[in-house]
This record gives sequence, C-alpha cells and structure tokens, in this order.
Amino acid sequence: MTDLTTAVPAATGAAEPRPRRRARRLPPSLVVGAVLVGLVALVGLVSLVWTPYALDDTGDGARLAGPSAAHWGGTDRLGRDLLSQLMAGAGNALVVAVASMVVAGVLGVTVGVLAGATRRWVDVTLLSAVDLLIAFPTLLLAMLIVTVRGASLWSAVWAIGISGSAVIARVTRVNVARVLREDYVTAAHAAGTGWWGTVTRHVVPNVWPTLLVQLMLLGGGAVLAEASLSYLGLGAPPPQASWGRLLQEAQSTMLVQPWGAILPGVAIVVTVLGLNLLGDGIRERTDPNLRGDR
Amino acid sequence: MRAALLRIGTLLISLVLASVVVFVVLRLLPGDSAGTSLGVGTTADQLEQLRSELGTDQPVVTQYVQWLGQVVRGDLGTSFVSRLPVADLITQKLPITVPLSLAAFVMAALVSVPLGVFAAVHRRGPVGVAVSAVSQLGVAVPVFWVGVLLVLVLALQARLLPAGGFPRTGWDDPAAAVRSLVLPVVTVAIAMSAVMVRYVRSATLDVLDQDHLRTARSLGYGRWHALARHGLRGAAVPVVSILGIELATSLLGAVVIENVFALPGLGTLLLDSVKARDLPVVQALVLGLTAVVLVTNALVDLAQRAIDPRLRLSKEVAA
Repeated sequence: MTDLTTAVPAATGAAEPRPRRRARRLPPSLVVGAVLVGLVALVGLVSLVWTPYALDDTGDGARLAGPSAAHWGGTDRLGRDLLSQLMAGAGNALVVAVASMVVAGVLGVTVGVLAGATRRWVDVTLLSAVDLLIAFPTLLLAMLIVTVRGASLWSAVWAIGISGSAVIARVTRVNVARVLREDYVTAAHAAGTGWWGTVTRHVVPNVWPTLLVQLMLLGGGAVLAEASLSYLGLGAPPPQASWGRLLQEAQSTMLVQPWGAILPGVAIVVTVLGLNLLGDGIRERTDPNLRGDR
Repeated sequence: MRAALLRIGTLLISLVLASVVVFVVLRLLPGDSAGTSLGVGTTADQLEQLRSELGTDQPVVTQYVQWLGQVVRGDLGTSFVSRLPVADLITQKLPITVPLSLAAFVMAALVSVPLGVFAAVHRRGPVGVAVSAVSQLGVAVPVFWVGVLLVLVLALQARLLPAGGFPRTGWDDPAAAVRSLVLPVVTVAIAMSAVMVRYVRSATLDVLDQDHLRTARSLGYGRWHALARHGLRGAAVPVVSILGIELATSLLGAVVIENVFALPGLGTLLLDSVKARDLPVVQALVLGLTAVVLVTNALVDLAQRAIDPRLRLSKEVAA
C-alpha cells in the first residue's frame, strides 16, 4: 500500500517534464491592498514606540504652522506636531479594525455555525435576529451604546463588531449549509466523524476564504464608522489620537492650516481603500468565478 | 397577495422587536438615567420623585408596555433636558432633515443609475474604467470629510455658499434656506453615488451576461436596444433594493452631515441628546429612524415582487 502511493507521483514525474511554477499572477487589487494595509499597520506599530514628537508636546509655540522641515505635516492649534498625531491615529485605527473583526468574527461565526448546522427552529430564530440586526444601522446602535456607557473606543468597537457580526453570521450560515449538503460530508459522517469533527475538518476550511473577504470589508467599514463616531465626539476621548477627532478639531481653523483637515482624511481613505482592495483581491484569488472585470 | 400580507406581518414583528432592543439596551446596560439627568448634589428624595415621575421605579416589563402604548398613541414622552414634549422637538427638526435627505437621495439616484448602466455597457472603455476606479475610491471616503473639503474650497475660499448654519427664519426665506442646504445635499449625494454606481454597474453586468440578452444581440438588436428591451427589467430588481438601502443611508448620512454644517436638524438633536444622555429623545429618535429603515426594506421587497414575476412565483412557493 505504502509502495503504491509513493510510487505514483514519482512515475508521473519521470514520464513528463514537470511544468514550471504555475504562472498565476496575484490580482493587482490584492497586491495594492496588502501594500496599503501593510504601510498603515507599520506606521501604527512604529507609533507605539516612536513618534517624531511626543503627542502632548506643544513645542516652541508655532501654532497652526504649515508643513516645514521640523513638522512635516505642520502643527495644530496648540502647536502639536500633526504627523505624530496622524501616526498615533494609525495605531488607533488598527486597534479598531482588528478588535471589530474579532468581535464580529467570533459572534458571527458562532451564530452562523449554530444556525447552519443545528436544528431548524434554532436556524429560524437566529436568522430573524440576524435580519433585524442587519436592518439596524451601525451608527444608531453606536449611539444607543454611547448614551448608556459613555463615549469610548470600546463602545465604538462593540457597536461596530455587533453590527458587523450579522453579515458574518449570514455568510457563514449559507456556506455551512452548502458544505453540509456535499457528498464528502455525508461520507465522513458515514465513516463515523462526529458533528464537531465535521465542522472543524470540513466546514471551517471551506468557509474560511469567504469569511476572510467579509472580515476585510468589515475592517474597512469599521475604520470608517469609528472615524465618523470620533468626528461626532462619540469615539475615543482626547488623549487617544483618532483621525476622526483630528479632522473635527482642525475644521474650525482650516482656512489657516488646511493640512490639519486634509491629511487625516487622506489617512482614512488610504486605510479603508487598502482593506477593501485586500478583500476584493482575496475574493478574486479564491473565487475563480469572479475573476476578470467585476 | 398572501405573501404581501405575510411581508407586512414580518414588518410589524420586526418593528416590535426593534422597540424591545432599543428599550432593553437603554434600560439594562449599567447606568442610572435619573441620577445622570439630575447631576451631582441630588437628594435621595428628589431622585425617588424623578424615578416615579419617569416610571423607572416600576418593573421593566410594565415600563415597556406603558412606553409602547404611549408611542402608539403618538406620545413620545418629555425631554429630560429641555422639558419639552419629544414629539414637538422632532417635528420642529423635520423641515431640515427631510428635504436634506430626500434631495440628496434624488440627486444621487439621478447621477448614479445612468452612470452605472453606462459604465457596465462600456466596461472596457475609458469611461467604464474611470467610473469603476472613482467609485472604488469613493466608497472609502468618509462622508463628513467630503463635507469638510467642500466647505474649505467652496465656502471658505471661493465664498460661493455659506459654510454652515440655517436661517433663523427657517423656510420663510426660501432662497436663504435652499442656499444653506446646497452643500450638505451635494455632500450626502456624492457619498451615496459612489456606493450606488457600483451596485448599478454590477447589476447591469449580471444582466448583460445572461443568455436571453445574448440571443437578442444575435438577432440583430444593438447593445443599448437589447438592454432597454430585455435587460433593464432584470437589472431593476437589485437596483431597487440598493435604492431602498440608500434611502435609509441618506437619512443617516444627513444625521452625520448636519453636524458638519451646523444644521439644527434631527441629527444634531440626536447627537446633543446622546451627549446629554437625554433618554426619551434618544429612544424616540433611534426607534423612529430604525422604523423608517424597516418600512423602506418592506416596501423594497414588495416593489421587487411587482417588478419581477419570477420572484413572486419562487417566494410564493417557498412560503
């Protein structure tokens, strides 16, 4: 038996010349997305240990100064270095994106697997809850939570994560139900694999790529939503740097120092665009039906 | 007909569930609204009196049933902060928020439906590629940033339009009112168009790939003619659904954008109430806005069935 299985690849390998490495180019959106996200992540990580100036350093008193050799992005109305604030904002955005993905992922996958792989009444009950959650706007859920718990980074993360979990649950459920109908699952079942074994060995690996795409898109949405919330004053409170609040603070003085209102916006767009492209790229790479011009 | 009634039934159930969610989140998360609204230095007697005034000393279920009964009768309670009836506060703000979100929605639909169809038909042409690139970028742009940039360029530098605020006289001076709404409307419309163009384009692409459209082309119909006769009805189903979602988005976009332009509408009221923990106002506004979203979703479903007979059949069989 062992001889047979090892002999087969060797034989075919000898019979025909091995094809060169399969020339399958990575989708451009995957490359661009990964570069953008990697860049933001790098800046965010660096900001944890080093920023050009301390975040509360009001410096030599040059307030609302334009970009210069000492302050690449200029200074804000208190004379703080804008570039340092932006770098710390990247760290904040990263935390929001990752934490929301984790909340939405854990909640959504649990609900989705339960709905897709257990009894029908569980499915129906969970699905109607998910439908309601999908219709409930993230911004309003965030406002409800902030009303009760006060504005903080974690209020925002919970609201965004819970909202996002609805979509993840939907996607998980559809795919779990689809995989469970496949013949090989029936075969595994007949061979004595239990419920848990089926889920971990067959369902999760098959559903994972689709989920990864949804999680990336969710991360982009999370960064946008947190920026909106902190712009409105409902996000991370002052010592913590946040792009949305930087923008809001700069708005009243933007005729004098427009960069304060422009650069945080650029940072948000780069991050969200990167995550969206990364999601699209993973989808193109893993789903052959979607390759091409969508 | 039966399915339509069923859809209305589900809508009513979702509305009740939404009210439960709003009520439970505001009541059961830690934090005492009566204590917060009176502030420091309150005596226990005052606190007790306010609690019995608000009904928060009653069991939660009793409170909920009472509240729901009042809401159904149109009584939304009294603001903790201004002591005015919540219904009056909301009615005052409608003349700003409703025109803002409706105008933005109409503008976005008028721009993005033709543009999306065009970009799909000429998907490899320069316009098609440009539209899809710009909308990919546009989805990543926060709506408030669009507003801030428009204020910077068109209001502060070019001085063409006011940077914010709404005339104190309201709609008595229509020209001034319209002028102050132009930038907010354009802002929300730009943000919405980016999303809508993408959906319209991909819905049209799906239709263009279908067999019956290819057959029509092979029979000698031109690209646009075939699409107009055989494609648009099919594309309309997903487009109606995205228009419905976007109508709700325009309302929420208005909520954010009112704060950029200092417009005293529902969004500003909601934000101020959240910051002041003005429970009755937050509760009424969140429930009201959610209800608009849920009703829109139901209308979209019904509209889709009217457009596409296949949908009617399959759903009726499933039901």
